Amino acid sequence: MKPPPFTYHRPADVVAAARLLAELGDGAKVLAGGQSLVPLMNFRLAAPDHLVDVNHLGLDDVGIDGGDVVVGAGVRHARLLRDPDVGAVHPLLAEAAGWIAHAVIRNRGTVCGSLAHADPAAELPAVLALLGGSVEAVAWRDGRLASRRVTAADLFVGPFETSLAADELLVAARFPRLGAGTGGAVAELARRQGDYALAGVALTVTVDEGGEPVGGRAAYLSCAPIPVVLDLTPALAGAGDVHDLVAGALDPTDDIHATGAYRRHLAATLTARAVPTALARARETAGVPA
Amino acid sequence: MTAEPTQEVVLTVNGAARSARVPARRLLSDLLRHDLRLTGTHVGCEQGVCGACTVLVDGEPVRSCLTFAVMVDGAEVTTVEGLAGPGGELGPVQRAFRECHGLQCGFCTPGFLLLATDLLARRPDPSDDEIAAALGGNLCRCTGYVNIVRSVRRAAELAGEAP
Repeated sequence: MKPPPFTYHRPADVVAAARLLAELGDGAKVLAGGQSLVPLMNFRLAAPDHLVDVNHLGLDDVGIDGGDVVVGAGVRHARLLRDPDVGAVHPLLAEAAGWIAHAVIRNRGTVCGSLAHADPAAELPAVLALLGGSVEAVAWRDGRLASRRVTAADLFVGPFETSLAADELLVAARFPRLGAGTGGAVAELARRQGDYALAGVALTVTVDEGGEPVGGRAAYLSCAPIPVVLDLTPALAGAGDVHDLVAGALDPTDDIHATGAYRRHLAATLTARAVPTALARARETAGVPA
Repeated sequence: MTAEPTQEVVLTVNGAARSARVPARRLLSDLLRHDLRLTGTHVGCEQGVCGACTVLVDGEPVRSCLTFAVMVDGAEVTTVEGLAGPGGELGPVQRAFRECHGLQCGFCTPGFLLLATDLLARRPDPSDDEIAAALGGNLCRCTGYVNIVRSVRRAAELAGEAP
């Protein structure tokens, strides 16, 4: 038995979970799918005194609120792929989910857990950053449930670090939908399908009524401590080359898996390959011939 | 030093009600092997990479080494021991792996059998790409995977023939 001892808590609603986190303080960690936390505990890299299991809070819905797809804290990656409604309303989100680890990991790992874990090699933080999405966090403070919205730009602070306080619980993630005339695409390279990507990109391209590209953004994983968002618009509008723009803007570091120069090359190449896909999808949603 | 607190975990394992008093940190893989003596579930890496410990929880494959037993209290679990018939005769997936030499040392086999069982339940006639996608998260260091994919294809045929 490898994980260190802890006390297990299974609250039945959000208020109970928030009160537990407030009471237990720094010694508590939130347990959702466990696909990142349990390996860390098996290695004894993490040894929380308390785990608060958030799998039974009734937060299992994927909904639409205005322009956002709202994903509750209990929703697992597999749902994004299997639920045809998700693919219909947010194809980019479903496509990104297909790149997350392996099918068996996706059966347990949660969308909100991935965002809270803030792994710089993970897909969903990059997608949230790309779309300018946000998360909803709650905490039990001054005898009541306080709630706040944190944008992706404010959420990711460093590798495996968010701006959420120890007593805050991430209850939902909001992924803005792409409007008509905007298409998205995801591209990654890993040595084996399902491994952490050496580099990856999620991007959008927006076209005008004539189908000409007028803007674009790209977010990168495995290239920096937090997701990096680049504005591709200058290159898409004809001033220069997408590959050069990306290669000039990213500065990944070396590690045992790849050199920084190789990651930069991959990021630029993957972007150049994914742009035509996103452009074709943008034209499709704009109703102009590809 | 005081004894570590324990709690009761009740599961349906291969159709039978089973329970054990375990500490919160007991992994599902260890509960199955140590507490319930179901040693067909193999533990390889204990970090979610190899997939040898894969079991079905409420019908879906999960890594039992990345799941605390207390998290799945009340769930239905299927292990490799549950794939054989009541008289111990091999199920269609097991027969296919034997016929097609889908195993050599056998260490990874329980995980592959459960992945194949889940895949065929969802997709009775999977394509080779679907088979590769379903099995891609599990490691085998003997077969080179070719005969495992062949076994899953054969299992689909056998399951189709079954009365």
